[in-house]
Parts: sequence; structure tokens; C-alpha cells
Amino acid sequence: MAREDVLVTADWAEENLDTPGVVFVEVDEDASAYDYGHIKGAVKIDWKDDLQDPIRRDFVNQEQFSQLLSERGISNDDTVVLYGGNNNWFAAYAYWYFKLYGHEDVKLLDGGRKKWELDARDVTAEIVKREATNYVAKPLNWDLRAKRDEVEAAIGVKNLIDVRSPDEYAGRLLAPAHLPQEQSQRAGHIPTALSVPWSKAANEDGTFKSEAELRELYVGEAGLDEGKSTIAYCRIGERSSHTWFALRELLGYEDVKNYDGSWTEYGSLVGVPIALGDEPGTK
Amino acid sequence: MSDSCAAPDQDAALPASVDIEKETVLTGTVVNDEGELVQGAYVRLLDGSGEFTAEVVTGEGGQFRFFAAPGKWTLRALSRYGDATGEVEADRGLNETKLAVSR
Repeated sequence: MAREDVLVTADWAEENLDTPGVVFVEVDEDASAYDYGHIKGAVKIDWKDDLQDPIRRDFVNQEQFSQLLSERGISNDDTVVLYGGNNNWFAAYAYWYFKLYGHEDVKLLDGGRKKWELDARDVTAEIVKREATNYVAKPLNWDLRAKRDEVEAAIGVKNLIDVRSPDEYAGRLLAPAHLPQEQSQRAGHIPTALSVPWSKAANEDGTFKSEAELRELYVGEAGLDEGKSTIAYCRIGERSSHTWFALRELLGYEDVKNYDGSWTEYGSLVGVPIALGDEPGTK
Repeated sequence: MSDSCAAPDQDAALPASVDIEKETVLTGTVVNDEGELVQGAYVRLLDGSGEFTAEVVTGEGGQFRFFAAPGKWTLRALSRYGDATGEVEADRGLNETKLAVSR
């Protein structure tokens, strides 16, 4: 898969704002960002309200996803261009959903909202209304999603990539540094997991690094075994979607899963092995 | 526990649940050449070795806030008006910094 199959540049986006069959979708946790200003014609998906099940701790199912995309006016054959804040974490997370539910043509806007803002490109607060469609999602593709038992069984067997910050990995912090540190679960990482913070895959302006730089980062520096399957995790699964995108979509590794339960699940499990400190640890 | 890993509204008052006696808070504002508060600036926190730790976006008040630990930190702001870098030696409690961005 080539970079241009899965990423579009801000210039491309600006030239294709009115192209039929291309739908821009902003995915944010902070809904006010979209309301304040978004790319012209872009519809909004809320990370939590739209993508999480309201009751169970899980994400929306096939029917809920179909309904969501139908309401947003997205068709099965549309080219969906996703972008968002936080260096595209949530857009990458949504991209992973689109792939989980079998959407054919989905891309990320490289750099997301950040690059758009730093370039001082136009945004609008105009309300976007697209005609409803009859979107039909495919059954969830479990080749892309890891569950907890599979993760525990992968210790010392598959590549595990912990994409949280070094302090979260080592167990010195329980959450990223812009959040209060009040969680109650255990700190540390899954034994044998390699530490490659998601941020290393991105440039300062939020764009993804080149494929050569990414390969050097994961294989050269971190020691990812290219002959093995890979599972990426973070705290709740959106930062690791960003890394999942880099590994599977940009570098083209075939068997890469995102563990969306991530540390909030693993670090709360009773009796599972945990490693503390800066080293991966052993099985 | 926070629901996501994204940054909360940077202009909001500190949540009551945050114990300022225990937390190490790095906060401040981003201003441009004219001294105006910059909304929509991206402020990142880098640790003592220059590694990325976190990033927030300033709101209308140009404000940013991080919860970290005592020690040496670097603050890096990017905006449509230019960039700025600031060094902080943080102690427990509130640590305030002003970042003036320019091209």
C-alpha cells in the first residue's frame, strides 16, 4: 500500500473540498473544536457520543455504525477523508473503525486540524447537512482488533508495542501529562512490550514521518521483529490507532492489531504479569 | 478517571478534584508579537531529555496547562504566528510560563 492510498495532503484536501464522492469527516473528542471551525463541508463524528456504546464498555456495533454513517450522509462507495485534533489520534481511531467495518476507501488528512491551523487555512462554522444514506457496514473484522486474552498470550511471542509516553510505560505516570493523575489501576507495561511513543511516528506539525524514518524507528531503533505479528496498545486505544496506522497502512505489515482495551483494561486485570521500569522485561 | 487521552478545555478552571498540594502543574499563556493571547496554539511538553510528553491546544484565553512532576521540562508552542520554546524548572504546585511566539 502506498502512502498516497491512505494519506492525503492539505493541498489535495483544499483542491477536493467540492469533489463529488469525497466526504470530509472531522473526528474529535472535543466537539466544540468542530463547532468553532471546521473544514468546509466536513461532517462531525464525536469520538465518544458517536463511536462508543452508551451502556456497555465497548464500541458501536455493525448496526450502530451503519446507522451513524447513514445519518451523516456517507455512502459505502464514498472516499472518506478523516481528520481531527490531537495529531489525528481520533481520526486514526475512526479510520480503524472504518476498516473494522469494511469501508473500502478511507484516508487520513496528513497533519489533521493542526497542520491546517498552522498553515492558516480556512475553516468555517457553517452547519453542514448531507442527505441521509443507507450505509451498510460489513461484519467486524477481527483481524484488526486484539482482545485481552490474546494480548496476554502474545507476551514474548508477538511484537507488543506500547505507544504511551516513557513515563507511563515505566509506571511513573498513569496517564498523559495533560491529565490529572488519579487512576486507580496498576502502573507499568505488558512484559516484553517495546516502548515506541506514538509521537515518534509524527513530525512536530502532526504529519506522519516518511516510511523510511518509520521503518528505522520501529525496526532499527525499537527492535520490532518483522517476521512476527504485532499488537499495539496505549491507555484506551486511540493513540495506538495512530501507531496501528503507521505500521499497517504506511509500512504495510499485514498482521497488526490494535488492542483497544489497552492499559485501562490490562492494568486493572487481576493476576496478569506487569513489568515496571524502562526495560521491556521478560516473559 | 478521564474518558480519553485528549486534552480537556484549557481555559477551564482547575477541577476541584485536583489537589494542587500534590500535583505539579505547568501552566501559562501563549502571546504573539503584538502581545495578544493566541487561541489555537499547539503547546507541547517535552521531558528533560527532549522527548515529547503531551500536547494541548490553547483556547480563547491563550492558556495551557499540564500535570507533570517536579523537574526540568521544555515547553514548545507552535502557531500560525510562529513558534516559541521555554524551559521550566518545575516544583510541586503551580508553575507559570509565558510563551511569546514569533516567526
